[in-house]
Amino acid sequence: MWKFLLPFAAFVALVVLFAFGLNPNRDIHALPSPLIGKAAPPFALTDVLDPTRTVSNATLMGQVYVVNVWGTWCVECRVEHEELLAISRQHVVPMIGIDWSVDHGPDEREKAKEWLARLGNPYNQVAFDQEGRTAIDFGVYAAPETFLVDRHGNVIFKFISGMTQEVWEKEFLPRIAAAEKGA
Amino acid sequence: MMRGLHCGLLALALTLAGLCNAFAEPPATGLDAHGQLQDPVLQARFERIAKELRCLQCQNETIADSNADLARDLRRQVREMLVAGSSDDAIFKFMTDRYGEFVRFAPPLSAKTALIWGAPFFMLLLGGLIIYRVVRQRSRMPIDE
Repeated sequence: MWKFLLPFAAFVALVVLFAFGLNPNRDIHALPSPLIGKAAPPFALTDVLDPTRTVSNATLMGQVYVVNVWGTWCVECRVEHEELLAISRQHVVPMIGIDWSVDHGPDEREKAKEWLARLGNPYNQVAFDQEGRTAIDFGVYAAPETFLVDRHGNVIFKFISGMTQEVWEKEFLPRIAAAEKGA
Repeated sequence: MMRGLHCGLLALALTLAGLCNAFAEPPATGLDAHGQLQDPVLQARFERIAKELRCLQCQNETIADSNADLARDLRRQVREMLVAGSSDDAIFKFMTDRYGEFVRFAPPLSAKTALIWGAPFFMLLLGGLIIYRVVRQRSRMPIDE
């Protein structure tokens, strides 16, 4: 009895393991964010477009909003930009951009300004993270990354890599609807 | 895997070309924009911690080895926390709060990581058991011919 059952059980276990491990829809580089369900890291940075102004998420408490971390050096961000523009035209929730100056170069601000002027600005506000500290606080490791924050200021979802219309409709809109309906 | 290999090959190529110093990024133990830690005790702690933390841009490198921008920023973070008097645990907690357990090369033993730590011993035990059974079975076999 055991002679047949044991190899069979091992075989089933292997099939389950391979089904999980070889699933083509699973991105092995995508990591679960420990931030989900926790308070969004507070930030107060200068506005990319106007260094005398401050962009802070403290003023957004009580609303559902999106945080998009990007940079002009990031190829995927350029691809994503058109999608963000289309999404911003739907006026669903405020979109906050964080321009991550990954090399701390001071010219990132000028490049970002030029980028937004030339391609269009999907953001309600764009913060300039020259030191990369806000990116670390958000646990960002591969821009673009997009976070969804609920009315209590908690991160409820994180999406790594370029935003698309499909991801927006499938992953973000239902969560936004739930977050706005919920207490 | 591929990304790690990539970074490794790139580093190798740069070293061979003798170009490493042309890039502003110094080795982890050397000087950088913030300077090497003056206190040798802190510097030693820094080196140990940096070797324990994963560079998430080059997933198979430590932040001590990686030239990635993010690794440089994380090294800065570790140095600043050391100078500010943070304990090793506080520094690791800062990192795992943001990047998850994956940021550590040797995650602490917990229910979630028990499989990682336990698997080698389990495999050893399983292999030993199989050998034991096979050997016993063979020894009981009548010697024919």
